[in-house]
Parts: sequence; structure tokens; C-alpha cells
Amino acid sequence: MDYHSPASFTEASALAAATTGVTRFLAGGTDVLVQLRSDMVTPDLLIDIKKIDGVSDITRTSDGGWTLGVAVTGAEMSEHGELGRDWPGIVEAMDLIGSTQVQGRATLVGNLCNGSPAADSVPAMIAAGVTVSVTGPDGERTVPVKDIPTGPGRTSLAKGEVISAVNIPPRGPNGGDAYLRFIPRTEMDIAVVGCGISLRVDGDTVSEARVSLGAVAPTVLLVEECAKAIIGTALDDAALDALAAAASAACNPIDDKRGTIAFRTEVAGVLAKRAAKIAYARAKGEQA
Amino acid sequence: MSKLHVSTTVNGDSVEFLCDPRETLLDCLRDKLNLTGAKEGCGTGDCGACSVTVDGRLVCSCLMLGVEADGKDIATVEGMAEGEELHPLQQKFIEYAALQCGICTPGVLVAAKALLEKNPDPTEEEARYWLAGNLCRCTGYDKIIRAVMDTAADMREAS
Repeated sequence: MDYHSPASFTEASALAAATTGVTRFLAGGTDVLVQLRSDMVTPDLLIDIKKIDGVSDITRTSDGGWTLGVAVTGAEMSEHGELGRDWPGIVEAMDLIGSTQVQGRATLVGNLCNGSPAADSVPAMIAAGVTVSVTGPDGERTVPVKDIPTGPGRTSLAKGEVISAVNIPPRGPNGGDAYLRFIPRTEMDIAVVGCGISLRVDGDTVSEARVSLGAVAPTVLLVEECAKAIIGTALDDAALDALAAAASAACNPIDDKRGTIAFRTEVAGVLAKRAAKIAYARAKGEQA
Repeated sequence: MSKLHVSTTVNGDSVEFLCDPRETLLDCLRDKLNLTGAKEGCGTGDCGACSVTVDGRLVCSCLMLGVEADGKDIATVEGMAEGEELHPLQQKFIEYAALQCGICTPGVLVAAKALLEKNPDPTEEEARYWLAGNLCRCTGYDKIIRAVMDTAADMREAS
């Protein structure tokens, strides 16, 4: 295995494009090193992107959004304060992943590129409308987070492409987001179902909404029917029931040791309701 | 594959070693620097027995490559005592008998020290969540938590 720590994303991309073997990019390493050790993936080329300038920066953009470097850790996001006041759902989703030790290394982009349908940060990012900058042999492009995963362990990134930044949109006024997951214990587990919701209110009425479900299909879903169920409502019981029904209807889960198809389908509706209530309260400034 | 040269600081001392890029920081600490305090429990970041701090940040040394330590400041359990003088956490773990087989203890100590540096006055719930990534298969958690909480109280009084 060759190890490189290039000084730029262009160089990282060129290294990955030029090799014929298996390539992995190394940020926090909390998935890559486990795969390496268990012989699931033995890269011929390991490209550590942490020596690139700016990869650990959390920066407010001129339009009021945020740019996060690809090596920003969960712990750094939780400690930031201002980021969490804008986007509590994204920060709480990332914070749910693993232990204190894992939080010291794990990154949003790693969670995304690992390609797990149960990745906690991904529904939160999709709900928030996050995009990633991708550097490749043909230059840079911007891709919505929802278009990166294509199946368990697979992404739409082409050979030589590497994610070079996370772009979080401006929160704007009267907005709130939330992420909830179900696990059978309180800590240190993988989502059986996850739900991220971001919405905006106009008075008591939901004016915009995005609802994303994790661990109920081969990829994390953005469910438009869920958004339609609550837009234009004051999130009354009828709207919440319609939201839950739409969430359950969107599920196409697997049966496994963590949850049956019936259980995941039911819980997706329950979590959607609960996450919507939290996001709504945050949008109205009634809850942090 | 040729070995890579790594210069790093461990417990305040400058050290250098050569390693294969596949070797973890844990492998390097134990096998090259003879710092065998950090243990390999699971090797997959689940158990915390290999906990160390890197630039003050608590991490699993089994989830980090040795080459990534280049230029970093590493702290392990071996650096906790000052000569013969045990760290207050170590002293308290003995008093409370907060260990049984001892495999998890170095990782728990390093993690607890990191907690008290960040939050000198944790609630029991905060301490339990912080240490959730340090598994004790003898299941001695209560004594561990009591030792950590009592150390925190003593250290607050002393400061």
C-alpha cells in the first residue's frame, strides 16, 4: 500500500486518476481503517487529505451559509456553537455517530462516502440541502449530497474524483432542522431508522420542508410526499398523520438483525412526526 | 513497500520511528516505542482500550495510522504519572478498586483525563456518555464512574 499526503485536491485527484489499483481517501479513517484491518478493502493507494490547507476549517460564507473542510471532525462541529445554532439537526446527527473517541476523528464526508444507507449525518445533510464540492480530473463540480450515494457502499464519484468541501446553505429566517434515529440502546449503535427534517415557517404555517429518511432503502431517501404532507399546514395532527403515512409508504427496507421490514416501516412514520415537531419548534424559536 | 519516517512527540518527548503505512498508531506505540499501556481490545474503534490523545483530542489509536502521527503531539497513559507521583485519577482508581482485569484501565484513564480537562465538573450522565466508548468486560462501570466523579470533586477543590 502506497501512502500519499498531497498538498492540494488537484494533486489528490491526479494521484487517484493515475493509479490502476484500489484507491481510498483518508480523512478521519474511522471506516477506512476498519475495512483495512478486516481485509474488506485493501487499498493499493491511500491518499491522506488532511495535509491540504483549510480541510479543518469551519467558515461562514458571504451569503450566510457555511463551508466545512472535509477533515472537520464531529467533535469540532459540536464545539462550534454558531454552526449548531444555525443547523442543530446536522450537528446532532453527526454527534450521534460512535463514541467520544470516534467523534475526535470522524467526518461528514467520510460518513457520506462510506455509502451506508444508515449513515446518520446523511439524512440531516439531505434535508438541509447540503452540497459537496467535487474535484476531479476535469475540474470542480458541485453535487447535492443526495446524488452521492448510489447503493450500499457505492457512490457516484468517478475515478479520480474527491470531495473537497461541504457547502451548507444559509439557514435564513424562521427555519429549523432536526434529526432523530431509532436504535435499541441509547448510544454507540447503527440507525435502524433515521429521519432528518428541515423546514421554514411563515407564522404558524410550514412554508418549506425537506424530509429525508435513512436506513429504510438502499440509499438515503429525500421524500417529496412527506414535504407535501406538511407544507401549507400548521403541523396539526392531520398533517402529522399524513407525514407519517408518506414516510412509511416511502420505505423499502431490508429485514435484518437490527429491525424487520414491518418495524422499520412503522418507525419511519413515528420518527418523521417527532423530528417534524422538533424542527417546527426550532423554526419558531421555541426550542434550541 | 519502503518504510516511512515519522517524527512525533509522545508524552512530551520527541521520538522518531520507521513504519509501514499500514501499521496503526497503536502498533507503533506498542511495538516500536515499547509503550504497551494502550491495549488492543477490538482493533475496530469500538472498545476504547487503545485510547490516546492526539493534539489534545481523544482518539482510538487503532483507528489512526502511525504515519498520521507525524508532527503531532501524542499523550498516552504512560505520561499521566509524574515520576512516582500518580495522577489523581490513577490514585483514585486504586482507592476505589475501579478495575478488575485491568485491560480497559489505561484507555479509561486517558479518556477520563480528557473529560476532566474539558469539563472539570461533569454530571454523572455526562461522564457516562463521555466514557461510553470505553468498554469494560468485567463490567466494573460503577466503581469507574464513582472514581472519576470523586477525582473531579477533589481536583475542583484543589484548584
